[in-house]
Amino acid sequence: MKYKNLSALRFVLSVALTIAGFVSAIIVNAAVPQAAAVKINRYEYFGGTLDFNILYRYAAAGIIILYLGLAVFAYFSEERRVNYVKRAPFRFALGVALALWDILGTKYLLLPQPFFPGPAAILETFLNEPAFVLENTLYSLKLYAAGFTAGVTFGVGTGILIGWFPRVYYWVSPVLKITGVIPAVAWMPFALTLAPTPFTAAVFLMTMCAWFPIASFTAQGVQSTAKVHFEVAKTLGANTAQLVFRVAIPHALPQIFGGISMANGFMFTTLVMSEMMGQPGGLGYYIQLSRVWSAYYKVFAAIIIMAALFSIILYIIGIVQNRALRWQKGLVK
Amino acid sequence: MSDIVLEIAGVNRIYSDDKENVVEALHDISLSVRRGEFLTFIGSSGCGKTTLLRLIAGLDEPQSGKLLLDGKEICGTDTNRGYVVQQGGLFPWLSVRDNIAYGLKVRGLYQKNKADVVKYIGLIGLDGFEKSYPHQISGGMAQRVAIARALINNPEILLLDEPMGALDSFTRADIQDKLLELKGESGATMILVTHDVDEAIYLSDRIVIMTPRPGRINDVLNVAIPHPRHRGGVEFMAMRRDILEKLNLASAQPQPEYTI
Repeated sequence: MKYKNLSALRFVLSVALTIAGFVSAIIVNAAVPQAAAVKINRYEYFGGTLDFNILYRYAAAGIIILYLGLAVFAYFSEERRVNYVKRAPFRFALGVALALWDILGTKYLLLPQPFFPGPAAILETFLNEPAFVLENTLYSLKLYAAGFTAGVTFGVGTGILIGWFPRVYYWVSPVLKITGVIPAVAWMPFALTLAPTPFTAAVFLMTMCAWFPIASFTAQGVQSTAKVHFEVAKTLGANTAQLVFRVAIPHALPQIFGGISMANGFMFTTLVMSEMMGQPGGLGYYIQLSRVWSAYYKVFAAIIIMAALFSIILYIIGIVQNRALRWQKGLVK
Repeated sequence: MSDIVLEIAGVNRIYSDDKENVVEALHDISLSVRRGEFLTFIGSSGCGKTTLLRLIAGLDEPQSGKLLLDGKEICGTDTNRGYVVQQGGLFPWLSVRDNIAYGLKVRGLYQKNKADVVKYIGLIGLDGFEKSYPHQISGGMAQRVAIARALINNPEILLLDEPMGALDSFTRADIQDKLLELKGESGATMILVTHDVDEAIYLSDRIVIMTPRPGRINDVLNVAIPHPRHRGGVEFMAMRRDILEKLNLASAQPQPEYTI
Protein backbone atom coordinates (compact mmCIF):
# COMPACT_ATOMS: atom_id res chain seq x y z
CA MET A 1 0.00 0.00 0.00
CA LYS A 2 1.20 3.47 -0.82
CA TYR A 3 0.52 6.44 1.42
CA LYS A 4 2.23 9.18 -0.59
CA ASN A 5 0.09 12.08 -1.72
CA LEU A 6 -2.84 10.89 0.31
CA SER A 7 -6.07 12.18 -1.21
CA ALA A 8 -8.67 13.94 0.92
CA LEU A 9 -11.24 11.33 -0.12
CA ARG A 10 -9.00 8.50 1.07
CA PHE A 11 -8.63 10.19 4.44
CA VAL A 12 -12.38 10.74 4.83
CA LEU A 13 -13.03 7.09 3.89
CA SER A 14 -10.50 6.00 6.49
CA VAL A 15 -12.25 8.07 9.15
CA ALA A 16 -15.53 6.46 8.12
CA LEU A 17 -13.95 3.00 8.29
CA THR A 18 -12.48 3.74 11.71
CA ILE A 19 -15.79 4.67 13.27
CA ALA A 20 -17.85 2.13 11.28
CA GLY A 21 -16.66 -0.72 13.51
CA PHE A 22 -17.79 1.00 16.69
CA VAL A 23 -21.05 2.18 15.11
CA SER A 24 -21.75 -1.45 14.24
CA ALA A 25 -21.00 -2.38 17.87
CA ILE A 26 -23.64 0.11 19.06
CA ILE A 27 -26.20 -1.05 16.46
CA VAL A 28 -25.61 -4.72 17.35
CA ASN A 29 -26.03 -3.97 21.04
CA ALA A 30 -29.24 -2.03 20.47
CA ALA A 31 -30.80 -4.17 17.72
CA VAL A 32 -29.88 -7.81 18.49
CA PRO A 33 -32.45 -9.23 20.91
CA GLN A 34 -31.29 -10.56 24.27
CA ALA A 35 -31.64 -14.30 23.55
CA ALA A 36 -30.03 -15.73 26.67
CA ALA A 37 -31.48 -15.28 30.13
CA VAL A 38 -29.25 -12.62 31.59
CA LYS A 39 -30.32 -10.54 34.52
CA ILE A 40 -29.89 -6.90 33.62
CA ASN A 41 -29.50 -4.75 36.72
CA ARG A 42 -30.58 -1.15 36.74
CA TYR A 43 -28.62 1.52 38.58
CA GLU A 44 -29.59 5.04 39.53
CA TYR A 45 -27.02 7.57 38.30
CA PHE A 46 -27.17 11.29 37.63
CA GLY A 47 -30.91 11.37 38.15
CA GLY A 48 -31.57 8.60 35.60
CA THR A 49 -31.39 4.87 35.34
CA LEU A 50 -28.53 3.05 33.65
CA ASP A 51 -27.94 -0.57 32.78
CA PHE A 52 -24.79 -2.10 31.43
CA ASN A 53 -26.00 -1.97 27.82
CA ILE A 54 -26.56 1.75 27.96
CA LEU A 55 -23.15 2.30 29.55
CA TYR A 56 -21.59 0.10 26.87
CA ARG A 57 -23.19 2.18 24.13
CA TYR A 58 -22.01 5.36 25.80
CA ALA A 59 -18.49 3.91 25.95
CA ALA A 60 -18.57 2.97 22.27
CA ALA A 61 -19.89 6.45 21.45
CA GLY A 62 -17.05 7.88 23.52
CA ILE A 63 -14.53 5.95 21.45
CA ILE A 64 -16.18 7.24 18.26
CA ILE A 65 -15.93 10.83 19.48
CA LEU A 66 -12.30 10.21 20.45
CA TYR A 67 -11.41 8.94 16.98
CA LEU A 68 -13.31 11.77 15.30
CA GLY A 69 -11.36 14.22 17.45
CA LEU A 70 -8.13 12.48 16.51
CA ALA A 71 -9.14 12.73 12.85
CA VAL A 72 -9.55 16.51 13.15
CA PHE A 73 -6.18 16.68 14.90
CA ALA A 74 -4.53 14.47 12.27
CA TYR A 75 -6.01 16.40 9.39
CA PHE A 76 -3.51 19.24 9.74
CA SER A 77 -0.36 17.15 9.43
CA GLU A 78 0.65 14.90 6.55
CA GLU A 79 2.50 12.52 8.87
CA ARG A 80 -0.41 12.18 11.29
CA ARG A 81 -2.88 11.73 8.41
CA VAL A 82 -0.81 8.84 7.05
CA ASN A 83 -0.64 7.25 10.51
CA TYR A 84 -4.38 7.62 10.92
CA VAL A 85 -5.05 5.96 7.58
CA LYS A 86 -2.63 3.14 8.41
CA ARG A 87 -4.43 2.39 11.67
CA ALA A 88 -7.96 2.57 10.28
CA PRO A 89 -8.34 -1.16 9.39
CA PHE A 90 -7.15 -2.23 12.86
CA ARG A 91 -9.54 0.16 14.58
CA PHE A 92 -12.38 -1.06 12.39
CA ALA A 93 -11.56 -4.66 13.35
CA LEU A 94 -11.57 -3.61 17.02
CA GLY A 95 -15.15 -2.34 16.71
CA VAL A 96 -16.31 -5.45 14.86
CA ALA A 97 -14.63 -7.64 17.48
CA LEU A 98 -16.56 -5.77 20.18
CA ALA A 99 -19.82 -6.43 18.30
CA LEU A 100 -19.03 -10.16 17.92
CA TRP A 101 -17.97 -10.42 21.55
CA ASP A 102 -21.21 -8.70 22.57
CA ILE A 103 -23.26 -11.27 20.63
CA LEU A 104 -21.32 -14.27 21.95
CA GLY A 105 -20.74 -13.02 25.50
CA THR A 106 -23.96 -11.19 26.35
CA LYS A 107 -26.73 -11.75 23.81
CA TYR A 108 -26.47 -15.52 23.29
CA LEU A 109 -24.13 -16.40 26.20
CA LEU A 110 -22.13 -18.84 24.03
CA LEU A 111 -18.81 -18.26 25.84
CA PRO A 112 -18.05 -20.35 28.93
CA GLN A 113 -19.61 -18.53 31.88
CA PRO A 114 -18.83 -16.93 34.23
CA PHE A 115 -15.22 -16.83 33.00
CA PHE A 116 -15.78 -14.88 29.80
CA PRO A 117 -18.43 -12.21 30.25
CA GLY A 118 -19.42 -9.89 27.42
CA PRO A 119 -17.94 -6.41 27.10
CA ALA A 120 -21.02 -4.75 28.56
CA ALA A 121 -20.90 -7.03 31.63
CA ILE A 122 -17.32 -6.00 32.32
CA LEU A 123 -18.39 -2.38 32.29
CA GLU A 124 -21.05 -3.23 34.85
CA THR A 125 -18.23 -3.21 37.41
CA PHE A 126 -18.09 0.56 37.12
CA LEU A 127 -21.85 0.82 37.72
CA ASN A 128 -21.77 -1.67 40.53
CA GLU A 129 -19.05 -0.26 42.77
CA PRO A 130 -17.28 2.71 41.20
CA ALA A 131 -16.05 4.15 44.49
CA PHE A 132 -14.50 0.86 45.56
CA VAL A 133 -12.77 0.41 42.18
CA LEU A 134 -11.40 3.95 42.38
CA GLU A 135 -10.23 3.40 45.95
CA ASN A 136 -8.28 0.29 44.93
CA THR A 137 -6.85 1.98 41.84
CA LEU A 138 -5.59 4.82 44.00
CA TYR A 139 -4.13 2.34 46.48
CA SER A 140 -2.18 0.68 43.64
CA LEU A 141 -1.04 4.06 42.40
CA LYS A 142 0.11 5.09 45.89
CA LEU A 143 1.94 1.80 46.38
CA TYR A 144 3.57 2.12 42.99
CA ALA A 145 4.66 5.71 43.65
CA ALA A 146 6.22 4.72 47.00
CA GLY A 147 7.90 1.60 45.60
CA PHE A 148 9.17 3.40 42.51
CA THR A 149 10.64 6.27 44.53
CA ALA A 150 12.29 3.94 47.02
CA GLY A 151 13.55 1.55 44.32
CA VAL A 152 15.00 4.25 42.08
CA THR A 153 16.59 6.16 44.97
CA PHE A 154 18.12 3.04 46.47
CA GLY A 155 19.15 1.58 43.10
CA VAL A 156 20.74 4.75 41.71
CA GLY A 157 22.37 5.48 45.07
CA THR A 158 24.07 2.11 45.45
CA GLY A 159 24.84 2.05 41.73
CA ILE A 160 26.82 5.28 42.01
CA LEU A 161 28.67 4.00 45.09
CA ILE A 162 29.51 0.70 43.38
CA GLY A 163 30.63 2.47 40.22
CA TRP A 164 32.68 5.09 42.02
CA PHE A 165 34.37 3.28 44.91
CA PRO A 166 36.33 0.10 44.02
CA ARG A 167 35.97 -1.01 47.64
CA VAL A 168 32.17 -0.80 47.52
CA TYR A 169 32.30 -2.65 44.20
CA TYR A 170 34.33 -5.42 45.83
CA TRP A 171 31.97 -5.89 48.79
CA VAL A 172 28.55 -5.06 47.38
CA SER A 173 28.53 -6.23 43.78
CA PRO A 174 28.66 -9.99 44.65
CA VAL A 175 25.70 -9.46 46.99
CA LEU A 176 23.92 -7.59 44.22
CA LYS A 177 24.62 -10.37 41.71
CA ILE A 178 23.29 -13.11 43.99
CA THR A 179 20.22 -11.32 45.34
CA GLY A 180 19.54 -9.85 41.90
CA VAL A 181 18.60 -13.17 40.32
CA ILE A 182 16.09 -14.00 43.05
CA PRO A 183 12.57 -12.86 42.14
CA ALA A 184 11.64 -10.31 44.78
CA VAL A 185 8.32 -12.00 45.60
CA ALA A 186 10.31 -14.92 47.07
CA TRP A 187 10.99 -12.62 50.04
CA MET A 188 7.27 -12.15 50.59
CA PRO A 189 6.94 -14.41 53.67
CA PHE A 190 9.68 -12.46 55.44
CA ALA A 191 8.41 -9.11 54.24
CA LEU A 192 4.86 -9.75 55.42
CA THR A 193 6.01 -10.99 58.82
CA LEU A 194 8.77 -8.53 59.55
CA ALA A 195 7.52 -5.28 58.01
CA PRO A 196 5.42 -3.08 60.32
CA THR A 197 2.59 -2.74 57.77
CA PRO A 198 1.62 -4.64 54.61
CA PHE A 199 2.21 -1.42 52.71
CA THR A 200 5.87 -1.17 53.77
CA ALA A 201 6.25 -4.88 53.01
CA ALA A 202 5.18 -4.27 49.41
CA VAL A 203 7.42 -1.19 49.14
CA PHE A 204 10.31 -3.34 50.38
CA LEU A 205 9.60 -5.99 47.74
CA MET A 206 9.38 -3.44 44.96
CA THR A 207 12.64 -1.88 46.11
CA MET A 208 14.28 -5.31 46.07
CA CYS A 209 13.15 -6.03 42.52
CA ALA A 210 14.18 -2.60 41.23
CA TRP A 211 17.53 -2.61 43.01
CA PHE A 212 19.40 -5.11 40.86
CA PRO A 213 18.74 -3.74 37.36
CA ILE A 214 18.95 -0.08 38.35
CA ALA A 215 22.07 -0.44 40.51
CA SER A 216 24.00 -2.58 38.03
CA PHE A 217 23.14 -0.37 35.05
CA THR A 218 24.01 2.78 37.01
CA ALA A 219 27.33 1.28 38.16
CA GLN A 220 28.18 0.36 34.57
CA GLY A 221 27.38 3.86 33.40
CA VAL A 222 29.56 5.44 36.08
CA GLN A 223 32.44 3.03 35.45
CA SER A 224 32.39 3.59 31.69
CA THR A 225 32.88 7.35 31.98
CA ALA A 226 35.86 8.33 29.84
CA LYS A 227 39.02 9.21 31.77
CA VAL A 228 39.50 12.25 29.56
CA HIS A 229 36.23 13.75 30.81
CA PHE A 230 37.34 13.46 34.43
CA GLU A 231 40.73 14.96 33.58
CA VAL A 232 39.28 17.86 31.66
CA ALA A 233 36.77 18.54 34.44
CA LYS A 234 39.60 18.53 36.98
CA THR A 235 41.64 21.04 35.03
CA LEU A 236 38.51 23.21 34.80
CA GLY A 237 38.31 23.29 38.57
CA ALA A 238 35.83 20.52 39.43
CA ASN A 239 36.18 18.98 42.90
CA THR A 240 35.55 15.31 43.68
CA ALA A 241 31.84 15.78 44.35
CA GLN A 242 31.50 17.63 41.05
CA LEU A 243 33.34 14.83 39.27
CA VAL A 244 30.58 12.53 40.53
CA PHE A 245 27.58 14.80 40.03
CA ARG A 246 28.67 16.79 37.01
CA VAL A 247 30.60 14.17 35.05
CA ALA A 248 29.90 10.57 36.08
CA ILE A 249 26.14 10.86 36.70
CA PRO A 250 25.28 12.82 33.54
CA HIS A 251 27.36 10.30 31.62
CA ALA A 252 25.54 7.40 33.28
CA LEU A 253 22.06 8.87 32.73
CA PRO A 254 21.25 6.79 29.62
CA GLN A 255 22.15 3.61 31.50
CA ILE A 256 20.21 4.78 34.56
CA PHE A 257 17.09 5.16 32.43
CA GLY A 258 17.78 1.77 30.84
CA GLY A 259 17.85 0.27 34.33
CA ILE A 260 14.66 2.06 35.34
CA SER A 261 12.67 0.87 32.34
CA MET A 262 13.87 -2.69 32.94
CA ALA A 263 13.04 -2.43 36.65
CA ASN A 264 9.60 -1.05 35.82
CA GLY A 265 8.46 -4.36 34.35
CA PHE A 266 9.58 -6.17 37.50
CA MET A 267 7.92 -3.55 39.66
CA PHE A 268 4.53 -3.97 37.94
CA THR A 269 4.73 -7.71 38.49
CA THR A 270 5.80 -7.38 42.12
CA LEU A 271 3.14 -4.77 42.78
CA VAL A 272 0.29 -6.96 41.54
CA MET A 273 1.66 -10.14 43.13
CA SER A 274 2.06 -8.55 46.52
CA GLU A 275 -1.41 -7.00 46.29
CA MET A 276 -2.85 -10.41 45.53
CA MET A 277 -1.07 -11.90 48.54
CA GLY A 278 -1.72 -9.76 51.55
CA GLN A 279 -2.51 -6.12 50.89
CA PRO A 280 -5.61 -4.39 52.29
CA GLY A 281 -6.27 -2.78 48.89
CA GLY A 282 -5.08 -2.36 45.34
CA LEU A 283 -6.09 -3.74 41.96
CA GLY A 284 -4.41 -7.07 42.73
CA TYR A 285 -6.44 -7.27 45.93
CA TYR A 286 -9.57 -6.40 43.97
CA ILE A 287 -8.87 -9.22 41.51
CA GLN A 288 -8.39 -11.67 44.36
CA LEU A 289 -11.58 -10.51 46.09
CA SER A 290 -13.63 -10.73 42.88
CA ARG A 291 -12.26 -14.19 42.08
CA VAL A 292 -13.46 -15.49 45.41
CA TRP A 293 -17.01 -14.38 44.49
CA SER A 294 -16.59 -15.74 40.94
CA ALA A 295 -17.16 -12.20 39.67
CA TYR A 296 -14.86 -12.64 36.69
CA TYR A 297 -16.26 -9.56 34.97
CA LYS A 298 -14.70 -7.55 37.77
CA VAL A 299 -11.37 -9.32 37.25
CA PHE A 300 -11.46 -8.22 33.62
CA ALA A 301 -12.33 -4.69 34.62
CA ALA A 302 -9.33 -4.58 36.99
CA ILE A 303 -7.07 -5.93 34.23
CA ILE A 304 -8.28 -3.20 31.86
CA ILE A 305 -7.56 -0.53 34.48
CA MET A 306 -4.09 -1.98 35.02
CA ALA A 307 -3.36 -1.91 31.30
CA ALA A 308 -4.36 1.75 31.15
CA LEU A 309 -2.55 2.70 34.38
CA PHE A 310 0.72 0.99 33.53
CA SER A 311 0.67 2.35 29.97
CA ILE A 312 0.24 5.87 31.30
CA ILE A 313 3.13 5.36 33.77
CA LEU A 314 5.42 4.10 31.00
CA TYR A 315 4.38 7.01 28.82
CA ILE A 316 5.23 9.56 31.52
CA ILE A 317 8.60 7.92 32.19
CA GLY A 318 9.24 7.99 28.43
CA ILE A 319 8.57 11.74 28.34
CA VAL A 320 10.94 12.38 31.25
CA GLN A 321 13.59 10.19 29.64
CA ASN A 322 13.36 11.96 26.27
CA ARG A 323 13.66 15.27 28.00
CA ALA A 324 16.66 14.24 30.13
CA LEU A 325 18.45 12.55 27.25
CA ARG A 326 17.67 15.06 24.53
CA TRP A 327 21.43 15.57 24.05
CA GLN A 328 21.52 12.04 22.65
CA LYS A 329 19.04 12.81 19.88
CA GLY A 330 20.68 11.83 16.61
CA LEU A 331 23.67 10.42 18.47
CA VAL A 332 22.28 6.92 18.99
CA LYS A 333 19.60 5.11 17.07
CA MET B 1 56.22 39.20 38.40
CA SER B 2 59.13 37.26 37.07
CA ASP B 3 59.62 36.82 33.36
CA ILE B 4 59.66 33.07 33.79
CA VAL B 5 56.19 31.59 34.31
CA LEU B 6 57.15 27.93 34.44
CA GLU B 7 60.39 26.32 35.54
CA ILE B 8 60.97 22.65 34.73
CA ALA B 9 64.00 21.38 36.63
CA GLY B 10 65.52 17.92 36.18
CA VAL B 11 62.23 16.11 35.65
CA ASN B 12 62.23 12.31 35.26
CA ARG B 13 59.17 10.16 34.60
CA ILE B 14 59.42 6.40 34.32
CA TYR B 15 56.51 4.10 33.55
CA SER B 16 56.56 0.45 34.47
CA ASP B 17 53.82 -2.08 33.87
CA ASP B 18 53.00 -5.35 35.63
CA LYS B 19 55.48 -7.33 33.53
CA GLU B 20 58.25 -5.01 34.71
CA ASN B 21 58.73 -3.41 31.34
CA VAL B 22 60.26 -0.07 32.16
CA VAL B 23 59.82 2.91 29.85
CA GLU B 24 61.73 6.06 30.53
CA ALA B 25 59.20 8.56 29.21
CA LEU B 26 61.13 11.63 30.33
CA HIS B 27 64.82 11.82 31.14
CA ASP B 28 66.23 14.80 32.99
CA ILE B 29 64.10 17.53 31.41
CA SER B 30 64.99 21.11 32.30
CA LEU B 31 63.43 24.15 30.66
CA SER B 32 62.22 27.64 31.47
CA VAL B 33 59.00 28.87 29.89
CA ARG B 34 58.69 32.63 29.46
CA ARG B 35 55.55 34.48 30.40
CA GLY B 36 53.29 35.04 27.41
CA GLU B 37 55.29 33.01 24.93
CA PHE B 38 54.02 30.36 22.54
CA LEU B 39 56.14 27.28 23.14
CA THR B 40 55.87 24.07 21.15
CA PHE B 41 57.10 20.58 21.96
CA ILE B 42 57.70 18.64 18.79
CA GLY B 43 58.94 15.09 18.29
CA SER B 44 57.97 11.66 17.08
CA SER B 45 55.58 9.55 19.13
CA GLY B 46 57.06 8.21 22.33
CA CYS B 47 59.31 11.22 22.94
CA GLY B 48 57.37 12.06 26.08
CA LYS B 49 55.86 15.34 24.92
CA THR B 50 52.36 14.45 26.05
CA THR B 51 53.72 13.09 29.34
CA LEU B 52 55.44 16.41 29.94
CA LEU B 53 52.23 18.29 29.19
CA ARG B 54 50.32 16.10 31.65
CA LEU B 55 52.93 16.81 34.30
CA ILE B 56 52.48 20.54 33.76
CA ALA B 57 48.69 20.10 33.92
CA GLY B 58 49.06 18.29 37.23
CA LEU B 59 47.43 15.11 35.92
CA ASP B 60 50.62 13.14 36.57
CA GLU B 61 53.64 13.45 38.86
CA PRO B 62 57.35 13.14 38.14
CA GLN B 63 59.53 10.58 39.95
CA SER B 64 62.17 13.22 40.50
CA GLY B 65 62.71 16.84 39.61
CA LYS B 66 60.41 19.79 40.04
CA LEU B 67 57.90 21.82 38.09
CA LEU B 68 57.51 25.35 39.43
CA LEU B 69 54.67 27.60 38.34
CA ASP B 70 55.44 31.18 39.41
CA GLY B 71 57.91 29.72 41.90
CA LYS B 72 55.39 27.31 43.47
CA GLU B 73 55.64 23.59 42.93
CA ILE B 74 52.86 22.14 40.84
CA CYS B 75 50.72 19.77 42.87
CA GLY B 76 47.62 18.45 41.11
CA THR B 77 45.39 20.32 38.72
CA ASP B 78 44.37 23.92 39.13
CA THR B 79 42.49 26.46 37.08
CA ASN B 80 45.68 28.44 36.38
CA ARG B 81 46.50 25.78 33.80
CA GLY B 82 43.97 25.10 31.04
CA TYR B 83 44.11 21.80 29.18
CA VAL B 84 42.83 20.95 25.71
CA VAL B 85 42.98 17.39 24.39
CA GLN B 86 43.12 16.07 20.84
CA GLN B 87 39.46 15.13 20.56
CA GLY B 88 36.45 13.93 22.50
CA GLY B 89 37.13 16.26 25.38
CA LEU B 90 33.78 18.02 25.24
CA PHE B 91 31.01 16.75 27.50
CA PRO B 92 28.48 15.23 25.09
CA TRP B 93 25.58 15.87 27.49
CA LEU B 94 26.17 19.63 27.59
CA SER B 95 25.41 22.19 24.90
CA VAL B 96 28.13 24.39 23.43
CA ARG B 97 27.22 27.14 25.87
CA ASP B 98 27.17 24.84 28.90
CA ASN B 99 30.49 23.26 27.90
CA ILE B 100 32.11 26.68 27.74
CA ALA B 101 30.48 27.73 31.01
CA TYR B 102 31.55 24.54 32.80
CA GLY B 103 34.64 26.01 34.47
CA LEU B 104 32.68 29.00 35.76
CA LYS B 105 29.83 26.81 36.98
CA VAL B 106 31.95 24.36 38.96
CA ARG B 107 33.73 27.28 40.60
CA GLY B 108 30.49 29.07 41.38
CA LEU B 109 31.42 32.09 39.24
CA TYR B 110 28.83 31.66 36.51
CA GLN B 111 26.27 34.20 37.69
CA LYS B 112 28.91 36.92 37.90
CA ASN B 113 30.64 36.11 34.61
CA LYS B 114 27.78 35.10 32.31
CA ALA B 115 28.92 37.75 29.85
CA ASP B 116 32.26 35.96 29.40
CA VAL B 117 30.46 32.94 27.99
CA VAL B 118 28.76 35.10 25.37
CA LYS B 119 32.06 36.84 24.66
CA TYR B 120 33.90 33.59 24.05
CA ILE B 121 31.14 32.16 21.87
CA GLY B 122 31.56 35.28 19.76
CA LEU B 123 35.36 35.08 19.77
CA ILE B 124 35.37 31.53 18.43
CA GLY B 125 32.68 32.41 15.88
CA LEU B 126 30.00 30.02 17.14
CA ASP B 127 27.12 32.48 17.45
CA GLY B 128 23.91 30.61 16.75
CA PHE B 129 25.36 27.28 17.88
CA GLU B 130 25.02 27.94 21.64
CA LYS B 131 22.33 25.32 22.06
CA SER B 132 23.91 22.69 19.79
CA TYR B 133 25.32 19.55 21.34
CA PRO B 134 28.89 18.41 20.59
CA HIS B 135 27.81 15.68 18.16
CA GLN B 136 25.87 18.23 16.13
CA ILE B 137 28.89 20.43 15.32
CA SER B 138 32.00 19.78 13.22
CA GLY B 139 35.33 18.62 14.62
CA GLY B 140 36.84 22.06 14.04
CA MET B 141 34.00 23.79 15.87
CA ALA B 142 34.32 21.30 18.72
CA GLN B 143 38.01 22.12 19.16
CA ARG B 144 37.25 25.83 19.17
CA VAL B 145 34.71 25.19 21.92
CA ALA B 146 37.29 23.16 23.85
CA ILE B 147 39.80 26.03 23.61
CA ALA B 148 37.21 28.60 24.71
CA ARG B 149 36.17 26.35 27.59
CA ALA B 150 39.78 26.19 28.80
CA LEU B 151 40.36 29.94 28.37
CA ILE B 152 37.27 31.06 30.26
CA ASN B 153 39.04 30.37 33.56
CA ASN B 154 41.74 32.89 32.54
CA PRO B 155 44.56 30.37 32.98
CA GLU B 156 48.17 31.47 33.28
CA ILE B 157 49.12 28.72 30.83
CA LEU B 158 47.03 27.01 28.17
CA LEU B 159 48.20 23.46 27.48
CA LEU B 160 47.31 22.14 24.04
CA ASP B 161 47.77 18.42 23.42
CA GLU B 162 47.63 18.09 19.62
CA PRO B 163 44.31 19.94 19.49
CA MET B 164 44.41 20.04 15.70
CA GLY B 165 45.69 16.50 15.23
CA ALA B 166 42.38 15.03 14.12
CA LEU B 167 41.35 17.85 11.78
CA ASP B 168 41.72 18.31 8.02
CA SER B 169 44.34 20.80 6.83
CA PHE B 170 41.90 23.64 6.03
CA THR B 171 40.23 23.49 9.39
CA ARG B 172 43.62 23.17 11.01
CA ALA B 173 44.90 26.39 9.42
CA ASP B 174 41.71 28.11 10.50
CA ILE B 175 42.12 27.06 14.12
CA GLN B 176 45.80 27.99 14.12
CA ASP B 177 44.87 31.57 13.22
CA LYS B 178 42.11 31.49 15.84
CA LEU B 179 44.63 30.36 18.44
CA LEU B 180 46.94 33.29 17.72
CA GLU B 181 43.98 35.63 17.89
CA LEU B 182 42.85 34.19 21.23
CA LYS B 183 46.40 34.36 22.54
CA GLY B 184 46.47 38.08 21.76
CA GLU B 185 43.09 38.47 23.45
CA SER B 186 43.86 36.55 26.63
CA GLY B 187 47.61 37.05 26.96
CA ALA B 188 47.97 33.47 28.20
CA THR B 189 51.19 31.52 27.80
CA MET B 190 50.54 28.68 25.38
CA ILE B 191 52.30 25.35 25.35
CA LEU B 192 51.51 23.15 22.37
CA VAL B 193 52.35 19.54 21.70
CA THR B 194 52.41 18.53 18.05
CA HIS B 195 54.17 16.41 15.46
CA ASP B 196 53.37 18.83 12.66
CA VAL B 197 56.48 20.87 11.80
CA ASP B 198 54.59 23.54 9.80
CA GLU B 199 52.16 24.06 12.65
CA ALA B 200 55.03 24.47 15.10
CA ILE B 201 56.79 27.10 12.98
CA TYR B 202 53.58 28.93 12.13
CA LEU B 203 52.55 29.37 15.77
CA SER B 204 55.59 29.28 18.02
CA ASP B 205 58.00 31.74 19.54
CA ARG B 206 60.18 28.80 20.53
CA ILE B 207 60.24 25.18 19.43
CA VAL B 208 61.53 22.42 21.69
CA ILE B 209 62.67 19.38 19.71
CA MET B 210 62.32 16.16 21.69
CA THR B 211 63.69 12.72 20.96
CA PRO B 212 62.40 9.35 22.16
CA ARG B 213 63.84 6.47 24.21
CA PRO B 214 64.41 8.04 26.60
CA GLY B 215 62.34 11.20 26.11
CA ARG B 216 64.68 14.15 26.29
CA ILE B 217 65.19 17.64 24.90
CA ASN B 218 67.36 17.62 21.80
CA ASP B 219 67.33 21.30 20.90
CA VAL B 220 65.47 24.55 21.51
CA LEU B 221 64.98 26.87 18.54
CA ASN B 222 63.87 30.49 18.47
CA VAL B 223 61.45 31.34 15.69
CA ALA B 224 62.29 34.90 14.74
CA ILE B 225 59.91 35.21 11.78
CA PRO B 226 57.46 38.13 12.26
CA HIS B 227 53.68 37.50 12.27
CA PRO B 228 51.70 36.97 10.12
CA ARG B 229 53.91 34.16 8.94
CA HIS B 230 53.80 32.95 5.38
CA ARG B 231 53.98 29.19 5.10
CA GLY B 232 55.81 29.35 1.78
CA GLY B 233 58.31 32.03 2.85
CA VAL B 234 62.08 31.56 2.53
CA GLU B 235 62.77 31.75 6.28
CA PHE B 236 59.85 29.45 6.96
CA MET B 237 61.14 26.84 4.51
CA ALA B 238 64.67 27.07 5.84
CA MET B 239 63.47 26.55 9.38
CA ARG B 240 61.31 23.67 8.28
CA ARG B 241 64.30 21.95 6.65
CA ASP B 242 66.37 22.56 9.74
CA ILE B 243 63.81 21.02 12.09
CA LEU B 244 63.15 18.03 9.86
CA GLU B 245 66.87 17.37 9.67
CA LYS B 246 67.18 17.54 13.42
CA LEU B 247 64.22 15.20 13.88
CA ASN B 248 65.63 12.72 11.36
CA LEU B 249 69.13 12.87 12.77
CA ALA B 250 67.77 12.46 16.22
CA SER B 251 65.89 9.31 15.37
CA ALA B 252 68.91 7.91 13.46
CA GLN B 253 71.16 8.16 16.48
CA PRO B 254 72.23 4.84 17.99
CA GLN B 255 70.42 4.08 21.18
CA PRO B 256 72.44 4.48 24.38
CA GLU B 257 73.47 1.17 25.89
CA TYR B 258 71.83 1.59 29.26
CA THR B 259 68.31 1.53 27.91
CA ILE B 260 66.47 -1.71 27.43
